[in-house]
Amino acid sequence: MSSIAYARIRNNPQFARLVATRGRFAWFLSAIVFIVFFSFVLAVAFAPDFLAQRPFAGSNITIGILAGLFQFIVFWVLTLIYVRRANGEFDDLNKAILNAASREDA
Amino acid sequence: MRAMNSMHSLALSAGLFASSAFAGDAISQTTKQPINLTAIGMFFIFVLMTLAITYWAASRTKSTADFYTAGGGITGAQNGMAIAGDYMSAATLLGLTAMMYTRGIDAYIYMIAFFVGWPVILFLMAERLRNLGKFTFADITAYRLNQGKVRTMAAISSLIVVCFYLVAQMVGAGQLIKLLFGLDYGIALVVVGALMMVYVTFGGMVATTWVQIIKAGMLLFGGTTVVILAMSQFNFSFDELTTRAIDVHKLGAKLLAPGSLLADPVTAISLGLGLMFGTAGLPHILMRFFTVTDAKEARKSVLYASGIVAYFFNVVALMGLAAIIIVGQNPEFFEGGDIGGAIIGGGNMVAMHLAKAVGGDILLGFLSAVAFATILAVVSGLALAGASAISHDIYSRVIMKGKATEKAELRMSKFATIGLGIVAVLLGLAFEKMNVAFMVALAFGVAASANFPVLILSMYWKGLTTRGALAGGYLGLFSAVTLVVLSKSVWVDVFGNAAPLFPYTQPALFSMPLAFLAAIVVSNMDRSRAADAERDAFGDQYVRAQTGLGAASASSH
Repeated sequence: MSSIAYARIRNNPQFARLVATRGRFAWFLSAIVFIVFFSFVLAVAFAPDFLAQRPFAGSNITIGILAGLFQFIVFWVLTLIYVRRANGEFDDLNKAILNAASREDA
Repeated sequence: MRAMNSMHSLALSAGLFASSAFAGDAISQTTKQPINLTAIGMFFIFVLMTLAITYWAASRTKSTADFYTAGGGITGAQNGMAIAGDYMSAATLLGLTAMMYTRGIDAYIYMIAFFVGWPVILFLMAERLRNLGKFTFADITAYRLNQGKVRTMAAISSLIVVCFYLVAQMVGAGQLIKLLFGLDYGIALVVVGALMMVYVTFGGMVATTWVQIIKAGMLLFGGTTVVILAMSQFNFSFDELTTRAIDVHKLGAKLLAPGSLLADPVTAISLGLGLMFGTAGLPHILMRFFTVTDAKEARKSVLYASGIVAYFFNVVALMGLAAIIIVGQNPEFFEGGDIGGAIIGGGNMVAMHLAKAVGGDILLGFLSAVAFATILAVVSGLALAGASAISHDIYSRVIMKGKATEKAELRMSKFATIGLGIVAVLLGLAFEKMNVAFMVALAFGVAASANFPVLILSMYWKGLTTRGALAGGYLGLFSAVTLVVLSKSVWVDVFGNAAPLFPYTQPALFSMPLAFLAAIVVSNMDRSRAADAERDAFGDQYVRAQTGLGAASASSH
């Protein structure tokens, strides 16, 4: 790929927008994962009694189990949200940027 | 005698925790069991199926791209299944079930730590990996840096990771087969080594991926069947299951409350970091991102892989809880019929005993065959990753400086596979009696400290220069190895010293920041002309990473 095509894309304001929006979105989701997971790890270390509580009368389910299941589900849903947006909205924008770069070649 | 027995099983499970803590895993010493014909028969069917696939794959493996990355033609769903297969090793099945059985909910916390790396890999790495990489992750780190030096370093650390992981798997395979099939340790190793060489040399990445996909399917099917049969004994009620489990388990109500396993936050965080970033630096996992068509499929792979892994971990958790009653209360599964004594075959056998209790010899045979298939699939992926570091990075790019013909490189990759296979079998034989848990810790530690920092900086940071990359990578490698040697798994368990000099099992919390720091400081001090050119080249690389313009595309067939 020629350096000219790369330079052209770099100067395309659409590219700056794609990179900024997608990057912000990815970091935002990563931050949720880090915060939720490491809060949970700290709760395990410092507040095990809280995690041992049973919120539903007559059921053995503890807050610890719920917190675990919650993380499996939520983290997976976050990957789903990212994949949908990246493969849809972001890839469309990406395609437009690439098309613009090749059109100028012609 | 009884006390001795339970001491022994305690030691076994302690070893197991250390190892199962690293998805990969070492399986501790086992006792040879009587020959199990059902299991051997089912495994034989699996082998025939995979050999047929290898035969088909061989006709599609003509170029280096076919060999290393299946021509880039794997779909997201297929690759997701293969990645999940790489992650669901024999020790995940056996080790985590056993951990749930003895420690209850604490094991569930471990599973989350294994899982949490995946979303982060997706958000921050998957698309850049696909857009920049071709065959090995060194393609990315060496993209705008000095090819010879950076590739040599990446190849060295890749080979260290691959070799230690491979030997740990081989020793595990030998122990497991002795246990499940009643075959000799040596025979088991030769069978695993020979099949691995056949899959990889003839079928390359196509065969390796399909072996992994089939095995993952079998594992999901086997695990689900065991759980459904087991839960039917409790009317599919989680409360009935747990109430009865709490009644009989020595932990009592604590079974469902987090206990002592991660009591120390430094251990917990170090483990979490080691697993998360170790996974993101394992050459055989990274390689899978180059087998898909484009960034879109790369993202889908992670979606499928993480969904499958999450499902499987929950299945394993239920298996472990159900086993507390179904296996733990049945004298048939204890040495001398002594409930609460030593489990026949050792702690690792809980999952297998559960299969036998709920589904008889057929289900036991099936699950045993799956466990063997799992090891075979994982070692094949490792051997392929190691072979590509030798043939693509060292031979083709460093020694021949990119002038090697495709045919010569392909031939070299096959020799490298056979060489790695022989080394793995020989080292596996040499380490039979050793506790190999440290090898897995070392593989993850080096992956997180030598591979990951340089990889992520090369993708995200303009300022990284060749000198910085070398400083960070080699320091990460050196410090990870040193800390593992000084930790309990080598200093105490191998050298026989009284106390470890480094108190944690996973070095990543210390060695990874050190590698980052060295790479950043040295890069910033680098005022050479080459460094300026490398910084300037980041712009183009950045566009390719973000848009996929110029990315390696799928080869047509």
